[in-house]
Formats: sequence, C-alpha cells, structure tokens
Amino acid sequence: MTAVGEPGVQDPSVQIHAADETPRGYGAMKRKEDARFIRGRGQYVDDVVLPGMLHGAVLRSPLAHARILSIDTSAAEAHPKVHAVITGETLAGLGLAWMPTLSHDTQAVLATDKVRFQGQEVAFVVADDRYAARDALALIDVEYEPLDPVIDAKRALDPDAPVIRTDKDGKADNHIFDWESGDRAATDAVFADAEAADDQLVVVQDMIYPRVHPAPLETCGAIADMDPVTGKLTLWTTTQAPHAHRTLYALVAGLPEHKIRIISPDIGGGFGNKVGIYPGYVCAVVASIVTGTPVKWMEDRSENLMSTSFARDYHMRGEVAVTRDGRIRGVRVHVLADHGAFDATAQPTAFPAGFFGVFTGSYDLEAAHCAVTGVYTNKASGGVAYACSFRITEAVYLIERMVDVVAHDLGIDPAELRMRNLLRPEQFPYQSKTGWEYDSGDYPHTLQVALDKAGYAELRAEQADRRRRFEAGEPVSLMGIGLSFFTEAVGAGPRRSMDILGLGMADGAELRVHPTGKAVLRVSCQSQGQGHETTFAQIVAQELGISPDDIDVVHGDTDQTPFGLGTYGSRSTPVSGAATAMVARKVRERAKIVAAAMMEVSADDLEWNDGRWQVAGDPDASRSMADIAMAAHSNLELPDGVEGHLDATCVYNPPNLTYPCGAYVCLVEVDPGTGAVDVRRFVAVDDCGVRINPMIVEGQVHGGLADGVGMALMQCIAFDLDGNCLGGSMMDYLLPTSLECPSWELGETVTPSPHHPIGAKGVGESATVGSPPAVVNAVIDALAPYDVRHADMPLTPAAVWCAAQGNPLRPDLGIT
Amino acid sequence: MQITVSVNGESYVRDVEPRLLLTHFLRDELRLTGTHWGCDTSNCGACVVRLDGVPVKSCTVLAAMADGAEVTTVEGLAHGRTEADLDPVQEGFMVCHGLQCGFCTPGMMMTSRALLDRDPDPSAETIREAISGQICRCTGYENIVRSVQWAAAKEAAAREAADTESSEAMA
Repeated sequence: MTAVGEPGVQDPSVQIHAADETPRGYGAMKRKEDARFIRGRGQYVDDVVLPGMLHGAVLRSPLAHARILSIDTSAAEAHPKVHAVITGETLAGLGLAWMPTLSHDTQAVLATDKVRFQGQEVAFVVADDRYAARDALALIDVEYEPLDPVIDAKRALDPDAPVIRTDKDGKADNHIFDWESGDRAATDAVFADAEAADDQLVVVQDMIYPRVHPAPLETCGAIADMDPVTGKLTLWTTTQAPHAHRTLYALVAGLPEHKIRIISPDIGGGFGNKVGIYPGYVCAVVASIVTGTPVKWMEDRSENLMSTSFARDYHMRGEVAVTRDGRIRGVRVHVLADHGAFDATAQPTAFPAGFFGVFTGSYDLEAAHCAVTGVYTNKASGGVAYACSFRITEAVYLIERMVDVVAHDLGIDPAELRMRNLLRPEQFPYQSKTGWEYDSGDYPHTLQVALDKAGYAELRAEQADRRRRFEAGEPVSLMGIGLSFFTEAVGAGPRRSMDILGLGMADGAELRVHPTGKAVLRVSCQSQGQGHETTFAQIVAQELGISPDDIDVVHGDTDQTPFGLGTYGSRSTPVSGAATAMVARKVRERAKIVAAAMMEVSADDLEWNDGRWQVAGDPDASRSMADIAMAAHSNLELPDGVEGHLDATCVYNPPNLTYPCGAYVCLVEVDPGTGAVDVRRFVAVDDCGVRINPMIVEGQVHGGLADGVGMALMQCIAFDLDGNCLGGSMMDYLLPTSLECPSWELGETVTPSPHHPIGAKGVGESATVGSPPAVVNAVIDALAPYDVRHADMPLTPAAVWCAAQGNPLRPDLGIT
Repeated sequence: MQITVSVNGESYVRDVEPRLLLTHFLRDELRLTGTHWGCDTSNCGACVVRLDGVPVKSCTVLAAMADGAEVTTVEGLAHGRTEADLDPVQEGFMVCHGLQCGFCTPGMMMTSRALLDRDPDPSAETIREAISGQICRCTGYENIVRSVQWAAAKEAAAREAADTESSEAMA
C-alpha cells in the first residue's frame, strides 16, 4: 500500500500509515469500514430485502392547517396491488394515533382531527412494490376544511392567533415553555450600570438563525418484520440511537422490550436527522403486524425535507454590556424558539433549549442571563437536529455575531476584541456564569495559532488596499475577513443531570478477547460515517497492545450490543469511547493477574510496557496479550477468586461534559454588483483534546466546515404565509457543492480533557457549530463600505445585495 | 416491455414497466445495491452510473432508455476481489479518506473514473467542476479531490513504468 504524500498529491496534512505499519493504537490509519463502501457493498436500510416484503408509502397533507372532514380509502383498497390502507382511525383503534415525543409532548402518527403542517402524515398504504404504493396514494380522497395557519413565529403568541394544539385539553394558545438560565438580577444590574456610565455602552442586535435541515444523503426509512409466531419484532431502521429506540417502541407500542430487535445497518449520514422516531417507522411496524409480512418504508427527498427533524429556527435578541475600551461585562439574550406543530426536539429532559446556556461562549463575564420561549407553529416538528450539540450552534452564533457587532460599534479589531476577553488558561476549570464547568483550554493560544496560520495582519493590509481601490471606483470585489472562537459542551452526559425521556445518558461497552488474542468490542453508539469501526478498535489497541486489525467492532444491533444512548451531540468518543478505554483497562488488569500466574511472580511485580506485561526491570520476562489470552482460556491455575477468560463489560457515566474549542478565520470575496459571495479561504484550528485517528478528525472538521458554509450562504427551510414549505426539494433547499467549498486549511492545538480517560473531547460537530459565524462575520466585514451591521443567514446574493441597500430580508418567510 | 441491458459486462433480459427508473432497475431487479438513490431531482448524484461510458444520474433515466446499452456500476469498478484488483479511484478514496458514510461514494467514484478516462491529469479545479453536480454531506469535498488526484498520480506512475518497460524492450 502506498502512503499519501506520493508525487501528485497536493499537500495532504495527514500522513496515513502504510498497511504494513498499522499503528498499535492512535494515529492515522485507513478505515476498516471502507473496504465494503468502495466496492458498493455497504448495506443501508433500503438495500435490505426480506422474503415476501411489502412496500409502504405515506399520504401527506397538502395544507399547513386544516380540519379533516373525511378520508375515503375505498378506491385505494380496491387497487389490485394494495394490501392495506392505514389511517389515523385505524391507529386510534390500537391506541397508536398519537405517540410521545422526545420532549414530553405528543405527536400525531397519522392525523385524526386536524393536519398541523404541510407534509404531515395522513394515511399509509401497503402494496406489492414502491410504485404501486405511490399509485394508490393518489386514490385516497381526503376532504379538508382549511384553517388559518400560524407561520410567523413572532405572531404565534398573539391573542388572536389560531390555536394549533386543540388536541391538548384546555390549550388556548401556542405557548410551549419558558426557560431561563443565568442570574437575571445580577445581569440586569450590570446592564443598568453600563447604561448609566459614560465609558460604557449596551449593544443590541436582533438576529435569526433560520430553520435548516440536516438532509443526510440517505433519507429515513425502516423495514418492520413482526414474526407472528415468536412475537418478535425486528426493525431495520435508520437510527442514530438503536437502544433508545428499542425502549421507546416498547413504551409506545406496549411491546415487550426483549421481543424487539433494532438493527441499524450502514447509515448514510445522520447529523441529528435520525435521532427521533418518525410516524413512518411506526406505520411500518403496524403494517407488518396487520399484514403478517415484512414492510419496508423509505421516504423520498421531499418527505425528508418537509416532515423530519429540522434544526434551529431561533429568533434571538442579543445584548452586550461593554466598556468603551472593549471589556465585555455581561450578555443578555432573549430567544423566541419556533418548534413547529409538535414539540419533538431531542435533548436532555431538563434542557428544553438544549445547551443554549453556553451562550456566554469563550469569554470571562461578570454576569449573563438568557430567557427562551418556545412556541408552536404550523410547521414540521423537530428542532435540535443538525450537528448542533444541543443548540450550542445557536449559542455560538449569537455570541460570536454579537462580539463582531460590538467590534463594529466600538471600532476595535474583532481579533483584538476577542483576545481582550477570552478566558485565560489559568482560569480552568472555569465555572461559567450560567453554571457550566469548562474542563480545559488555552484559548488565546488557539486563537493566535489561527491568526498566524491565516496571516491575519497581511490579510487586513490587503483588505485596506482593496477598500481604497473600491472607494476610488475601481471594479474590484469586496474582501471580508471573519473570525469566530467557539467553545462546545459535548459528551452528554452526567446521569445526575441528563436523561432523555428518563433514560440516563451513560453508555456500555463489552470486550471479549478470544484465546488467540483477537478481540471483539461491542458498543451502543452508532456510526453514520464517523468511522467507529476503526477509531474504537484503535482505542482498544492503544490500551491492550494488539493491532486494530485484530479487533472487530460490533454496533448497530440491539441484540448484540450493550445498552447506551447512541450517537449525536458529539458524544460517541466522549462517552462510548471512554467506556471502550475503561473496558479495555479492565481486561488489561485481568491480563495482569493471568500474566503473573504464567510467570509465577506476584502481580505487584509487573509493569505495563510497550503493549506487554513485564516483570519490572526485566525486559526478557514479559507476556503479550495474545500469550495471556491463550493462557486465560487454558487450564493454567489462577489465584482464588479470579475468573478465567479475558472478557469484561463496563458502563461509563461521564463526570462532566467535555469542552472542545476552536478558532476559525474565513476570507470571502463579495461581488458588490450581484451580492454573490465566494469563500476564498477558510482556516480552522480545532482543539478537541487527544486525537485518536487524526485523519478521521480532519475529515469530521472538513464536513462541518462545508455545513457551516452551506448554512451561512445557502441553506434555509422557509415558508410562505400560507405555510407552503419553500425548501421541499434539493432544487429549492440548496446544499453546498465542491464549487462553494474552498480547500480547507486546518490546524490544531491539543488540550486534553482532564476528566476523560483518554483525554479526548469529541469533534463531530465542532466545525458545524463554529463556522457559520465566521462566514457571516466575513460577509458583514466585506460590506463595511455600506456600513452594514448585521444581515441574517442565508447570505444568498439577494440577501447580501438587499443588506447593502439597507433593506435586509426576513429569511424565514422567504422573499415577501 | 422487454429490455436487454449489459451491466458490468453481463447481459440481462428483463420485462419492465416503461416507467421503471434505471436506478430501481439496478437496485431492485438486479440487486446491485451499490448504486444509491438520494433525491429524485438530479441534484445529489448518489445514483450516478456510466451509460455507454457517460456518467448519468440513473434516477432520471428510464430503464427502457438503457435498452441495448452498456451500463457500468460501482460493482464493476474493481477487476476482482483482492485489494490489488481495485480501481485506483477506489484505492484513492480509501487512502485519502474520501468517504465517510459512503452513500455518495459510488456516484462520486463513477464520475471520477469517467473524468480520469478523458483527462488523466486533472487539476483540482477540474475535479471540483466534474463532481459539482453531486452532493456529499460528510467530507466537505477536499478529500474527494485529493482521492482523485491520488488515483491520477498512481495511474501516471503506472503509465511511466509501462513506457520505460516497453522502450527497454524495444532497445
């Protein structure tokens, strides 16, 4: 195998080990899972075919808000290839017309009384093939009585707003929750002081983080196979959390949990979209029970974009109290959160606004407070999904945009303003003003590395020259430089404070070392492309001194793996990765006893050295894990009370979250004539603690940066005032391609997490969280000649041009 | 209607509905599931296969339109089962981490193979242009570009070695 870096390959920043040098532990190595993917032999849900399998399709509402007067399914049922048509009425008979959401609300599986958003599930057809199932949808006749929809979140609490959730007893408005974080009185005092003082000011800015959709390339789907004889349900499904789903199906459908097996095979991207349980999955289960055969349901792209979990939709007002010499004293935030028709956000129970409480960002403040109000609207439900680390995306955008607005108002360079206010290394562990304990970091260093890598001073000089030429009337593009510094809080989470629907957020791991020294690791987290089969093998390899090639990682099947909460919120490495290291250490300790027995010495005399248990001071007296494994399974006499074999299990309960950080610099060129934005360079310096496989870490960052560019410049699920979704296909919902993305320039600093067994912090969402404000800050910076202070994402050419003319767009409502 | 299609060198005769999409023909009829389906609107390219050598989005080609044609899918890229039988493009994607979830990968590789067949030494810009009609949600594209460059470099080295060998043989 040839390594990267051969002639013709441009400057890859990660060198990959050749096949004959697979690292015994951490380091860049090729992914074990790729062998099947590059041959087209991955197995995604839609690739699975079961004998006698039927196909389901969902009839969806064309209206955003309407009463259902009648549903006539007779013509569909008469279709020769149709086996069953299921409606809300069918489900009501089974007690399944409504299901609980992950936020202690309820959601209609199939609508009974009303439809509450365009694209809502109304009926489910089961037919011989996917074409016939869709043909039959057209034969169902639904009579609707249209109702006024609530589309603008800012009008949802108006006294005369139509009430969406009439299904809830006594519900007379569209209010979901009020939640706050921080010290309101202390914060108000800082702001009152700042307002009164001549040498201070209060900076205020409204901003919208528009609704976006994660749009994994594989849409959501399931195959339900209820065995009528054994009563066992096998559900092949696109889920990021197989074990949580199993428990939820048991609770929702009243099925015994040991009779449910969730198989989540290869997943074609998740990004949070595959955390929740969707009505289509439940319909497939019911259909399999009704027909006695396996039933497959795969949604199409429009169904995915219009009905499954969206993200963001936060209408925010940020306020910053700051001294005129640039010392940020306090931050106050109010958020109006649009949750759609059902409150189905996925986050720990005590956190209805997710981890938005980290909006204080990376700065040392005197006081901070935020208040979040959640409302229902006639839009699809969801609300966290999309690589956001439970709303930290919104929090980071708020604070990093506000810092730039402050820099604009004070006339201070945004890099300098950040340097003056960043937490200093000696302040860690840092207790934030909203109750979070940041574990570690050297923020000024990380920012400096990014500024140096970008050549910040030179870029500012180039920009000054460009602006002079622009002011002189030359036809030049406008150059913008944007920064962001983010702190993430990932790896949920400590059981005492974090659960999802009552399930604590700890993860299990199980490790078996076979007699010949080869091993199988079983974990509960679920790769959607993150490369767990490689990374987790490397963690075991690092701890046990065997090759990652000799370790199989089993995941994605609840019958084969220990319980755990799944992969989202960048939690796999922080939680399941820790469980993996801990279970390997248990095995290593057991191996020590076996090695001592093998060498007839006391275990106290052994030390772990270069992947072997060795008699201290005697390199010739040592045993490898393979030697020990064979002995552990043999008739070797072991001390009393010591079991044989080399197997162990572990449950890891995180003592705290981990806090990755990063400093990003984005360079854009804006065409003043058209408003078109070109991302010329993007420098990303990430500190995610210890890197297990740097190649995979780099890939995670690359993907997140593309997400950030997409959200900042292109992606938006908007609605017209009738509630029609304006982002219902990839022709309308624009995702970044190779042409919108620059060649990413990455750097790193490493500050290990002090409380994590291997010092790793997680990185899956860092770039998605950190990059949007850098891009927006760059575009606003480019528009300085027009004195633009803020414009909302997505900064499409139209949005940029309108902002330059002083008429900013309202992105969530489309062009109105 | 009856169609005859050659897929990866093997000839298939099938009765199909006229409306059947090529992607469903490959996936559901022939069980070649390496070709994926992602969007319905020709935006994502997860379904790209080669039709008489030309990369096409098989979600917007009818199976009937492939009657009499030669189709190559991702399953036809490698020449055999061992790592040595892989197409350099496949190898490049593995070495340069050009894939994560793997869903766009078959389409990306088919387009890349077609590009290298007509331009053995493409610039990064040319590669970006070639794959610009396809979406990858995981990689941010940079490593896909590197993967194709890696394959181009490997094939260039192989050509050079072959040239040296043949000129030595002639001498």
